[in-house]
Amino acid sequence: MSPLSSTETPIAEIPGDTLRERIIDDLRTHIGADLLDSLLKPGDDLWVRVNTSAWRQTGVALRSMGFEYFCFLSAIDWMPSPFGKGEDDPTAPPTERDDTVRQGYAGGATRMQLLARVVHPSLHVGVNIKCDVSDSEPVVESWSPIFAGANWHERETHEMFGIGFAGHPDLRNMYLPSEFEGHPLRKDFPLLARMVKPWPGIIDVEPMPGGSDDEEGEAE
Amino acid sequence: MTSTESLIDRKQLAYIASQAADARLNVELETEGMTLNIGPQHPATHGTLRIIAHLDGEQVVWAEPSCGYMHRGYEKLTEVRTYPQVTSLVNRIDWLGSFANEVPFILAAEKLMGVEAPPRAQWIRTILFELSRIANVSLFLGDLGVQLGAVTPVFMAFRDREHVLNLIEAATGGRFHPNFDRIGGLKDDLPEGFIDETRAVMKKLRNFCTEMEDLLFGNEIFQSRTRGIGVIPKDIAMQYGLSGANLRACGVDWDLRRDQSLPMAWDKVDWKVWTHPDGDSFARCWIRLQEVRESTLIVDQLLKSIPSGPVMAKVPRIIKVPEGEAWVSTENPLGEMGYYVVSKGDLGPFRTKIRSASFNNISIVPWVLKGVYVPDIITILASLYFILGDIDR
Repeated sequence: MSPLSSTETPIAEIPGDTLRERIIDDLRTHIGADLLDSLLKPGDDLWVRVNTSAWRQTGVALRSMGFEYFCFLSAIDWMPSPFGKGEDDPTAPPTERDDTVRQGYAGGATRMQLLARVVHPSLHVGVNIKCDVSDSEPVVESWSPIFAGANWHERETHEMFGIGFAGHPDLRNMYLPSEFEGHPLRKDFPLLARMVKPWPGIIDVEPMPGGSDDEEGEAE
Repeated sequence: MTSTESLIDRKQLAYIASQAADARLNVELETEGMTLNIGPQHPATHGTLRIIAHLDGEQVVWAEPSCGYMHRGYEKLTEVRTYPQVTSLVNRIDWLGSFANEVPFILAAEKLMGVEAPPRAQWIRTILFELSRIANVSLFLGDLGVQLGAVTPVFMAFRDREHVLNLIEAATGGRFHPNFDRIGGLKDDLPEGFIDETRAVMKKLRNFCTEMEDLLFGNEIFQSRTRGIGVIPKDIAMQYGLSGANLRACGVDWDLRRDQSLPMAWDKVDWKVWTHPDGDSFARCWIRLQEVRESTLIVDQLLKSIPSGPVMAKVPRIIKVPEGEAWVSTENPLGEMGYYVVSKGDLGPFRTKIRSASFNNISIVPWVLKGVYVPDIITILASLYFILGDIDR
């Protein structure tokens, strides 16, 4: 019996890395070269990045491997916010900011990335799956035929990031009015409350009286 | 096929047969479709969830929740705040079990920083976590009665929840929004007399559970209104990402407190994960009742073994979290609550995905309400148990 189909072994007794390495190998046999990159933190978590065209296929493969529990689906906009943390004085000239797009674990090539997580219900091991979403045509195949729960998550992602899902039954807005323009969780969407009045609260720690400014002191 | 599976099958078949009979009757009577709006303001809904139900006679043809009446955009707001400031935001996601919301976020930040809270802080975190579960779910048990037309349980629930809230207030200074968890430990140690007081309250809460069991769960009307109603099979629950008591009521033996290793104290004590094979409304409510009782036992054991020492690890005064990504989820009162934190080595998170339990738990509503009767809508919604802030975030 392969470790992926055992049900009784508690997670603590399985050496995390061999189990997760096996998951990567299993996934590679299913989707082949569409598995672009992976990152494994032993005993902690696993990240894989797949080809955009193989997004649905990956969902099918993972489900057949026993990852039946759908945890969440969302996206990440890797562009640094042109507005910073909203701490600027709106009347002053705009500050110069680094605008290079740097992707996180398991790499990437585009500004937008889709992120989903599925979990194996008896092994209690999860996989974070990422895929690139192109700027010119931000459409990915829907997961809702595979995991029914992806329906609402995709609606939310569509509304917040402007990513389309081909094959989704009903991509209506989840929270915002239907005539709302823009995608609020994109980094280039300004947080209006901060645009009107800069927030002083970003300076979290005030200098101590006496002028000691060492950062290694004890908290509080 | 095991005996429990065949039991579910029989119940489902009987239910489907009764629905089919009603559908035939509706055809004979030439009933017309009607759309019923429940909420956003209705005494029988928790807060401002709106359910649009299309009815044929007394049966629901399709129903759909309409969210967004309480969307506050926390994911966007975390991007403009520093790590220690985020806890005061996430407190307000599930407002009945606030402390439990802070823990996974702090654990995710600690994971990225490579910091671990000292043992005493881990113990106190676990105690406060379980106290918020007790406060949250005891109110659910009371509210459950109200939804089904029984008024007494809610008074009992408010009475006994008050004791727990007093404990949380004594320890943290806040009844509803403690904002007590810090990266590296806790804001403060426990106050004097907390341990004895908590022991006494836990005893009261166990009595409350027994009272509820007799008063509500043994009640014939309660049973006939919940048993076999809103049955969710295991595989459907998995696909929708149901978690917590809703998943365990479908017979899935899965509890994140037991099944993952976190720097918390759950693995240091002896307790049981309750499951129920039926997957109906009754099972979901029953599991929650058992979990309150189990939580009081966890707290009692933790109070006995609480280690001495500091409650705060050595962390820099200005917290900068190294670049990386981390996912941490815990078994909150409502189910799996997790944070996917992306850090760019800044003072605040670059992106936080908040995976709240109620969002997934409620996404099953269109599936589970199909074909049920109007009064059962309320029972099923109550048994799925959601907090509005936890759906919309």
